Amino acid sequence: MTKAITVSGLHKSFGRTHALDGLDLTVETGEVHGFLGPNGAGKSTTIRVLLGLLRADSGAAQLLGKDPWHDAVELHRRLAYVPGDVELWPGLTGGEAIDLLSRLRGGIDKRRRDELVERFDLDPTKKGRAYSKGNRQKVAIVAALASDAELLLLDEPTAGLDPLMEVVFQDVISEAKAAGKTVLLSSHILAQVEKLADRVSIVRQGKTVQSGTLSEMRHLTRTTVEAETARPVSGLAELPGVHALRTDSGRVRFAVDGDQLDGAIRRLSECGVRSLVSHPPTLEELMLRHYGDELGANGHGAADGTPRLADDGAER
Amino acid sequence: MSTATAAKAPTAPRAANGGNALAGTVGLLRFGLRRDRVRLTVWILALVVGTVSTASNYKTLYADPADRASVVATMDSPAGLAMSGPRHYLDDYDFGAMLGHQMLGFMAVMAGLMSVLIVTRHTRHEEETGRAELVRSTAVGRHAHLAAALTLAVLANIVLALLLALTLGGMGIDGIDTPGSLLYGSAHAAVGIAFAAVAAVTAQITAHTRGASGMALAVVGVAYVLRAAGDAGGDGALAWLSPIGWAQRTYVYVDNRWWPLLLCLVLAVLCAAAGFVLSTRRDVGAGLRAARLGSAVASDALTGPLGFALRLHRGMLLGFGAGLFLMGAMYGSILGDAEDMLKNIDQIQEALEEIGGATMAESFASMVMIILAVVASVYVVMAALRPRAEETAGRAEPLLATGLSRTRWVGSHLAVALAGGTALLLLAGVGFGIAGAASASDGGLFLSLLGAALAYAPALWVTVGIAVVVFGWFPRASAAAWIVPVYAFVVGYLGALLRFPAWMSDLSPFGHVPQLPATEMSWTPMVVLTLVAAGLVRLGLEGFRRRDLETK
Repeated sequence: MTKAITVSGLHKSFGRTHALDGLDLTVETGEVHGFLGPNGAGKSTTIRVLLGLLRADSGAAQLLGKDPWHDAVELHRRLAYVPGDVELWPGLTGGEAIDLLSRLRGGIDKRRRDELVERFDLDPTKKGRAYSKGNRQKVAIVAALASDAELLLLDEPTAGLDPLMEVVFQDVISEAKAAGKTVLLSSHILAQVEKLADRVSIVRQGKTVQSGTLSEMRHLTRTTVEAETARPVSGLAELPGVHALRTDSGRVRFAVDGDQLDGAIRRLSECGVRSLVSHPPTLEELMLRHYGDELGANGHGAADGTPRLADDGAER
Repeated sequence: MSTATAAKAPTAPRAANGGNALAGTVGLLRFGLRRDRVRLTVWILALVVGTVSTASNYKTLYADPADRASVVATMDSPAGLAMSGPRHYLDDYDFGAMLGHQMLGFMAVMAGLMSVLIVTRHTRHEEETGRAELVRSTAVGRHAHLAAALTLAVLANIVLALLLALTLGGMGIDGIDTPGSLLYGSAHAAVGIAFAAVAAVTAQITAHTRGASGMALAVVGVAYVLRAAGDAGGDGALAWLSPIGWAQRTYVYVDNRWWPLLLCLVLAVLCAAAGFVLSTRRDVGAGLRAARLGSAVASDALTGPLGFALRLHRGMLLGFGAGLFLMGAMYGSILGDAEDMLKNIDQIQEALEEIGGATMAESFASMVMIILAVVASVYVVMAALRPRAEETAGRAEPLLATGLSRTRWVGSHLAVALAGGTALLLLAGVGFGIAGAASASDGGLFLSLLGAALAYAPALWVTVGIAVVVFGWFPRASAAAWIVPVYAFVVGYLGALLRFPAWMSDLSPFGHVPQLPATEMSWTPMVVLTLVAAGLVRLGLEGFRRRDLETK
């Protein structure tokens, strides 16, 4: 498979702020790649470097085999971009803005545009000022998807969309993927990325901290188990890889490392399992695992046994 | 101080609204003072220092009564009166009379500009950015924003008046006494407060800050032109329609009449009341006219970069075009009087040689051209800085993520600025030419006046070039481009009065333009200016191609 995006060791500073501090990112052609991180992690900066709007201080970035700064215009004809915070021209209608952006990109599929306007339930005759945040976002989404771009760069595209429109968005992105397009989807809305993404990269403070498929990542992390047993469970705390154990009159709850799951379940069943709930780590937990130390330090960590690096004081 | 209460006395709307519509005004006023502490200080100090340094310049420049007599001879002409004030000041032209005659009209415009910007910034701009909504959701009455903004403007003007009175009165210059200085300062304040109230009305009409400021400043401009036409025309009837004319008709330092300032205050109260009433007829964030629906699809013309830029500039270009055409026509209509005056006065010949014109009408025309060109340069700077406004508003980002290159994007805006500025000169020249040829009964004047206006085109292009360089290389300092029109105005307008050295006018691109029709056409500076403009534009584009786009 060829690479749609390759970024390595990207650095970018604004004054004394280091927005990107050696970021790496690889996106295969034809995949939906989730780009995850908290606010200020450097996601938007990365995308703007990929668009040639910002010039990286150092590091290499390639987009569709070309240089994003020098071949910006040529590349822009092959990609479409949805910013996370869409600003429209107050005097132009939404329909005019869609046509303008699509035609400047190099052509518009009129039928597709009308179909998207319909599906997203957008009134294209309103002036830019009259749109709510969600509707401004729809204008940018329709403009991006109405032209035939092979690469979609979406920077938190659904901020402000209602849940119904969120579903429409997911359908549209799935269709784009089926049509062979590559999508880079940045988000901190984890459920959305989970549903769409083939692979994800997690960034933090301008660095990529983890990259891979979701199942790979889950394997590396902890599963949360909640069980009700006939007899009180003993000896769990001594097992390797068990964390954040809590027992409460016949109920037990803990997190366990992926490779130690078998031993823990075995111990549970010895005590007569009445009910068992286990869930793999969600992306939320994946992120908390990476940011947990920071959140814990701030005093709002995952108190209910969500796995994190510093599980201090959780065992009672 | 009665103005402060008069300006915020919306008794009728308050009764209609039930609750306390002014709740929170004091808090907003203090907040406004805090936000504008630097801005207002700079404004007020600049105006005071400008006035004081002019007054002390008079003392050194015109110490000899013979010098003052020669100034009277120069001033006693339509051109001289149009750029200064009513003729009555000339009867006994001591330093006080000079200040009232030459500086008051100009400084009153500045006080008006300051006041308009204060009011629109604290009312319409707050609404446009959505901050007013947040503030209004707290225990703040519906009239609090406007009342606080007007009070802030009134306070600024009163401080300006007091500082002017204190500093001028304390300078000990002959003819500039303390009672006169108090009136001199108060005249500034009265005009400023009147235009602040005008802005209170325009801020209700349109939903955009730019539009609200533009409309109010157009009123300031019309007031100035009415005054100029009235004073140059002789009988002064038109000047009685203008707050600036009223201020000048206090005959400060000469007769010290206070009552014309009452007219300003009556206008202020009426406009402020209208502003409060109008504000109850609209929603927060909206203008008086409901937002209309538009076309669901874009026309083909809109979706090219140039057509799109033209669409964004359309409103402002039309506004400036109409304004400059009318300004030209107004000045043109008094050109005939200038001709007549030459026949009556013999000793004027000497003064004419100083200006360098062949006839009275020609030197008057040359002076008008400078003013028209400076107004056109204001448009040109706004147009050339439009890409910067789009960039900071976050609207450039999605455009530049399409197949539109940076150079073409900025280039399309620059094309509109360059061609639009030239078109404005054309319109001003046509208005001036038609009215001037008619009033002087000389059809041949039309073409020479039109040509004189167009001669300023290369200087406008250089102004565009400077704005692009700033935008390309020092985007955060974009406002510095405003130095060009301000400097051109100060040098072109005041330089003649204050006898600035020649190198000062050479620093301005407008200083190199042949002052047609008073002097001969010379092509060299035109070609040089055009080449400089081309070089600057190129340099600016190069800078923009290299820098980061500023994103939100």
